[in-house]
Amino acid sequence: MIKKIRQMPLYLVAIILLLFTGLPFFIMINTSFKSQLEFMTSPWSLPDSFSFSNYALLLDTNFFSYFKNSLIVSVISVIIVIIFGAMASYPLARLKFKLNTPLFLLFMVGMMIPIHTTLIPIYLLTINLGLYDTIWALIGPYVAFALPISVVIFTQFMKEIPKELEESAKIDGCGHIRLFWRIIFPLLTPAVATVAIYNFIHIWNEFIFALVLTNSSENATLPLGLREYYGEFTVNVPAIMAALTLGSLPLLLIYFVAQEKIVKGLAAGSVKG
Amino acid sequence: MQKSLGETSTQKSLSLNTSTKAMRKRREILTIIGFMAPALIIYGVYVVYSIGMTFYYSLFEWSGIDNNFSFLGLDNYVRLLQDGVFWVSLGNNSLLLGASLLTQLPLGLIMALLLFSPVKGMRLFRSVYFMPFLMSTVAIGILFVFIYDGNFGLLNDLLGMVGLESLQQSWIGKESTAIWAVIATVCWQFAPFYMILFRAAIVGIPEELYEAANIDGAKPLQRFKNITLPLLMPIIITSAILSIIGSLKYFDLIYVMTMGGPNNSTELMATYMYKQTFTNFNMGYGSTVSFSMFIIAFIVTLFILIGERKRRGVE
Repeated sequence: MIKKIRQMPLYLVAIILLLFTGLPFFIMINTSFKSQLEFMTSPWSLPDSFSFSNYALLLDTNFFSYFKNSLIVSVISVIIVIIFGAMASYPLARLKFKLNTPLFLLFMVGMMIPIHTTLIPIYLLTINLGLYDTIWALIGPYVAFALPISVVIFTQFMKEIPKELEESAKIDGCGHIRLFWRIIFPLLTPAVATVAIYNFIHIWNEFIFALVLTNSSENATLPLGLREYYGEFTVNVPAIMAALTLGSLPLLLIYFVAQEKIVKGLAAGSVKG
Repeated sequence: MQKSLGETSTQKSLSLNTSTKAMRKRREILTIIGFMAPALIIYGVYVVYSIGMTFYYSLFEWSGIDNNFSFLGLDNYVRLLQDGVFWVSLGNNSLLLGASLLTQLPLGLIMALLLFSPVKGMRLFRSVYFMPFLMSTVAIGILFVFIYDGNFGLLNDLLGMVGLESLQQSWIGKESTAIWAVIATVCWQFAPFYMILFRAAIVGIPEELYEAANIDGAKPLQRFKNITLPLLMPIIITSAILSIIGSLKYFDLIYVMTMGGPNNSTELMATYMYKQTFTNFNMGYGSTVSFSMFIIAFIVTLFILIGERKRRGVE
């Protein structure tokens, strides 16, 4: 009993923080099921009848196109980052050569560079490449800015793979290319998971490159689409909340399915960086 | 028999030695190039080349929509130093930086420590605590615009319920409160991120240390001060670095919530750069602002690296 009383302050802090982090989500989801009138008269109460009409409204818009664009861009970018990042890390981790450290540092500096410093040249380059206002315009910058952290993670991970593995493969007459794909790459699974999770979340939510490099609604990614709804529905708050809920749902669902993996991947990714 | 076989093979390898060595070296260089080229080309074009070009454009007066370049040299930088709005935005970036360090890290630490306390239902708490970090910044910005709204915002509603009607106001519509409303939102978004970093570090602290402290009769606060905190120091420093660098790059939330307004009171370097470039069509001057962001980030990183090295030297 005494123990329980002593734990009271802990529960109090835990619940206050629960309200702090959770209340905005409650507001968002709760409001999304209400009519405009209901929101105005009783914003806090649970909806009288769970109405999906706000969600139905979204289905008539470009929502699935936004979703599809985000999915294509994120998946392709992450796959390219994994392949190119792991390849670039192989010489950095396993071979001795003069430019090894300078090249590694070159990638590492990329983590502190504000992306805005590259925005104008990338915008002009995209126009010149004829990629402006296509979803393909986004893959280059997304890969480029995901590479630094990925190279750092892969390099550190590869350095820990024992040398003997390689030596026995070399005796068998295995060249570097086969050695990398057959032996090293399959061993990278934990690092690949970290790189994939960390970059997928960031790319899925990325905003400024999408804002500058695309223009039309049909090429918008989800974050841009959400902003479009915000302008379109103006005072129809429940409809906007439905859009925000639906837009946030994919990552939240993945999170609830693979919570531990995602949390670990994010933590590992950030600390290594 | 065996011995003679060995001898012949060494002789052979000796005669081939010089040419194979050169060949092997060349093959190794080709291997390195082959493995690194794809990443280096993408990174080189989109990051390294782009930074160089930003500096180049910053030397011109150029709208970005026509071909009228006029070379100014460093005049844009002189203009920048006299530009009040730039200084306001730099000040706001610094305010955001300070506030982030003072709110996000402690809050993240408290959350992480709670996860290890004997509170029941911790799984639920943990899941909810982390959720804000998964939302896109754009979604967060829109959500909080409605929470802060002066007319039907739910924050005012909440204040009314607890009898603080006097505080009700249009939180992001007023110069005096807008930046703080934004800072609170940033804290909401990022505290969970530091929570998971701290959690990962706390998991790594050996249980025996606490057991030994218990035997010595250490109180919870003493255990925290003498075991947890010192062992968490490296991750606290890492988090501080992430928070500092992140604060210099901040853009999305301000763009969605306030566009830098009212009256530049929430302007950041990144939003100012965006406005100059894509709203006012001053690509030359916009490049100057963005290259200055690079210089500032570079100087800050340099200080951090030197500090790190000194700290490591002391240890």
